[in-house]
This record gives sequence, structure tokens and C-alpha cells, in this order.
Amino acid sequence: MKEIEELKLPDDIRYTDDHEWAKITGDTVLVGVSDYAQDQMGDVVFVELPAIGDTFAKGDEFGTLESVKAVSELYMPMSGEVIAVNTALADSPELINQQPYATWIVEIKPSDPSEYGQLHDAASYLQLLKG
Amino acid sequence: MSATSEPLGTGGLIFNEPLLWHKGRKGRTGMSIPAGDVPAAAIDDALLGEPVDFPDLSEIDVVRHYTRLSQWNFGVDSGMYPLGSCTMKYNPKTNERQAATPAIAAAHPMLADELCQGTLRLLFELQRSLAAITGLDAVSLQPAAGAHGELTGMLIFHAWHRHQGAQRRKILIPDTAHGTNPASAALCGYQAVAIKSDDRGMLDPALVAELMDEDTAGIMLTNPNTLGLFEERIREIAAIVHAKGGLVYGDGANMNAVLGVIDAKRCGIDVLHLNLHKTFSTPHGGGGPGAGPVCVTSELEPFLPVPRVVKEGGSFRLDSDRPLSVGRIHAFHGNFGILVRAYSYILTMGEAGLKQASRLAVLNANYIKEQLKDVLHLPYDRPCMHECVFSDLNQQAQKITTLDMAKRLIDYGYHPPTIYFPLVVHGALMIEPTETECKDDLDQFIATLRTIVREAEEQPDLLRQAPHRTKVRRLDEVQAARCPCLIGPSAG
Repeated sequence: MKEIEELKLPDDIRYTDDHEWAKITGDTVLVGVSDYAQDQMGDVVFVELPAIGDTFAKGDEFGTLESVKAVSELYMPMSGEVIAVNTALADSPELINQQPYATWIVEIKPSDPSEYGQLHDAASYLQLLKG
Repeated sequence: MSATSEPLGTGGLIFNEPLLWHKGRKGRTGMSIPAGDVPAAAIDDALLGEPVDFPDLSEIDVVRHYTRLSQWNFGVDSGMYPLGSCTMKYNPKTNERQAATPAIAAAHPMLADELCQGTLRLLFELQRSLAAITGLDAVSLQPAAGAHGELTGMLIFHAWHRHQGAQRRKILIPDTAHGTNPASAALCGYQAVAIKSDDRGMLDPALVAELMDEDTAGIMLTNPNTLGLFEERIREIAAIVHAKGGLVYGDGANMNAVLGVIDAKRCGIDVLHLNLHKTFSTPHGGGGPGAGPVCVTSELEPFLPVPRVVKEGGSFRLDSDRPLSVGRIHAFHGNFGILVRAYSYILTMGEAGLKQASRLAVLNANYIKEQLKDVLHLPYDRPCMHECVFSDLNQQAQKITTLDMAKRLIDYGYHPPTIYFPLVVHGALMIEPTETECKDDLDQFIATLRTIVREAEEQPDLLRQAPHRTKVRRLDEVQAARCPCLIGPSAG
């Protein structure tokens, strides 16, 4: 497993306490899991995705990641409606391990874009990981 | 060198064995079918499908095949099996002998009550013993597994609340409860609400009070919990839940720590399941059969599954006239053969023996904990119950994981402990020795783990590539999970 210093934490996205990331793309937000999350979970073997059109509040569980070690819930970084899911994950869940930031899991239309500002930036997320 | 200082080892004669499809030869047969006295007739083509590709095999082909495969197996009869949370204790052979008694083994489940008084008496007395052991009032032996007992418990919660006049939607479940608890609650239509344990691994009554409301049916907790720690404030927690009109479910999967020591009813537990295949030494592993009897307070007895075994005068009968019952949850009487084994175990051990077994199970786990905590990280350093939970924190510098250490244990002839559970401990290594192991064997296990920790520092690659001495080396679990191969090949 990686040392904290070895983790990649891009500056142009925001992070949650539960290790999801959120990235603004126009008026939608892409959601994935951080390098730390994929590294801790180990090889992801299955991703359970929500349906397009599902709406969730911030912090709601919207899916699960299954690795050989454990099953982990995925939590919404922001409230909103799912407008797309990454169907490539059905056949290639390993993308989450290989490219955690290029691999989005869901795309949402946020109902309250100001929630983005409440998420951790890279520096504050790094502090969280260092404990 | 003395016998006990040599490694247990997994070497020696390791058989190779092909798949049966590769072993079969056309025309071989394992039985002689008598000549038929009915003329042959063609089957209607519409009824025919693709032929099933079974190999043709003789009796000795099949016997050798499975006997050789069994040599690859590892069970509690071949060595220490410290699989935390599973209570892999030795299963005394006398239990098998009792269960095989023809009058018991051959009794048909549809016999009239008056023709099976002995088997009904056995069920009745086992129920009474389990009630005495837990302190609860009434028992159903029907559930076929722990999770089945949990589901039965949730059905009883549901039926009781309905009887009270108002249904509730939520159930509180601590993060140190067994993983099946939320699933059992969800299957019964409840929404599971997770409660975080505190930094001592304990459930905080204040948190329970915060979450417990009039829409919450109750709480499901495991005591001792999955960290192997006793929930000290259980009576306080139960009082909070009861005050809001809720019920308390006790997951008794870890009862091996507390037989004859705690009284579940006085702890405030309303429903408790027992895993006979753990605590009461019935065979366990390979998927069953199991038994997860449910014990309840007298207030909840009317809701237990039917039929109930009742005693009237000197005789026993089955009673299904229970209008409030959740109904039948298993055909006939559950896994009856397993119930016989548990009954045999309880009678063999007696009250003092069961209590002593729990004490030794707790002593053994604490001995391992104390003897290893200087080399393995112990996240909750306090007296444990029947199991102790370490982590791989001390090995992180070498990038050695719990999985690597578990695999290396196989090389030394041990079944690995439970790994990566409970989830609240990162990189958990959960060891449950049970009362089965004597001090000599515990010392050898402890010495082995200390050797492995030293190897992690000096030769980490040895661990990363373990196991070395087994028939197959490190298996690709990722590939197996992503692309499971679930069917045999055709003979081709």
C-alpha cells in the first residue's frame, strides 16, 4: 500500500471525508473515489451503480464498490440527480485502481452547487489523511 | 530436536488429481442396473434437450478421486483453525455416534407424535437446555443458520410491533455487530441505521439514546462484539431501547465466550440466536448444515415459529395452534441431525463443563493477545473475550499486509485467522483459538507468528510470495472474483 506522500491528490477537484472526489464540469459534477480509497480497498472487482434519474441528498449512499477484501459504500459528495453512470465499469472495474481520477463513477446535476465549496480541497484532504 | 519444535508443515505426499471429465472413459460404470422387464420405448423428441456431459466412471475412479481431493483439505481434525468469529472448535466424535443411532437417524419426520416420543423429547429437552444456558424463557430450534435465526428474530420484532398496534421502520445496528445483521433486518423490510463504536470499541449509550425513537423497532447487537470485546453497558443500552418501546436483539454468534457466565435476559435481551455449529460443537464449514435456534422472553413466546414441541403430562406433542406465530420458517424441525449433535454435546459437557469451556476460550485468546502484542499492533489493548484482533500496522514499513502474513501461516501448517474483518480495524487479523487448543499448541502457534513477523522484516519477499509449500501457490483472487469459472470443461 502507498505511503501518504505517494498518493496523488489533484488540486482541481474536491474530496469528502469518505474519500470520494467531485469535479465540476460546466453545470454538472463528476464523482469518483480518491487514490487513497482505491489503494486501501485493493483490486476492485465489482461496482454497483445507481439508475439514471435517481436523486440523492448529500451523504446518501448511491452505490457500492466491492474488492476482494471488502464491500464499501459510495456516498454522494453533493445533493443532486444522477444524469449518467460510467457503464465501462461493468466490464472493467479495474479502471478505478488504474486511473482513479480519470475514472468517474456517476455524473450528477447538483441541486445546490454551493455544496461544492464545503468539500475538502487537496490540502485539507491531505490533512485529514494524515490524521 | 523435540517433536513439538518441528514445524507442523504441509509438505509430504501431495497428490495430483485430474478433473473427473479427464478421468472418465466411455463405457465405464459404477453400478449394475438389473435387466428391465419393461420394453424399451423412444422418448418424445419434444421432451429431449442437449445431453448432459457427465463422464463415465467406475466406483474406484470416484472413490479415489474424492479421497485424494480430501487430502488437500484442512479441517479442525488436521490442525489449529483459529478463524476468528467462526468458533472452529473441535467436534467430539461421540456427537456423530449419537446422531447416527438408527432410531434417531432413520426416524421419518412425518411420523405421528405418539410414534416419535423420543425425538420429540430430545427437541423439548434441547430447547429447555438452551433456555437455561441463555437465561431466556422459550426457544425455537427451526432456524437453519445464524442469519436465519436473525431473520426469525426480525420477523418476531415485526409481529410483536404489529401486535402492539403500530409498525416501525428502522433498526439500530452498531458497526461492531455481525455483518449479516443489516442484511437480515433489510430482508424483513427494516432500514438499518448504523451506530459507530467509540475509541474503546464499545457502544456508547448516549449515541443509542440520540438515535432511538418511536419509529425504531429496536437494536441488533452482538455481545461479545466483533472486536472480541464485551459490551459493558448493555443493560443501560437495553433500558434506553425499551423505554422507547423497542426490542433488543442479541446476536449470540460469540456466545462461546460467555456460556453460563452471562444471563441474556438480565442483560435486557429480548431475542437471541445461538449458532449450534459454533458454540455447541456441531460440524461447521463447507456451507452447512447449521442450526441457529432463537431464544426469547416469555412475552415473545407466542410469536415463535410453529410447530412448537409441548409436554403434556408424561408425553410430547407438536402444537401449531399459535395465532400470533410468525409461522413456519423451516421444513419439519430444522436440521434435526445437527440438533442431536448439540444435545449430545450439552449432555456430555454438563453445566460446569460448558462454563469451563468458555473460561478456557477466553483465557486462550487473552494468552495469545498478551504473547503477541509486542510484535503485532493491537488496536484495542484491553482484556478480550474469546478472540483478539490485531492489525498489520507494525508491518506497514515493510509493505507487508495481513494477507501476506495469513498466507505464510499456511506454510507452517495452520489455517489462517480471519482477515480484514471486523471492518472497523484496518488490516484486521482476528484470532479465535477456542478452548480446543492446549498451551503447548498455543505456544507453537505464537512462536510461528513471531517467526513470521521476523521474516517480514528480514525477508519480506518470502511473505509476499507465500504460500510456498502448498499444492498451489498464491491464488489470483482478483481474477477469480472478476471472472469466476463456475462450470466444468466438457470432455472434448
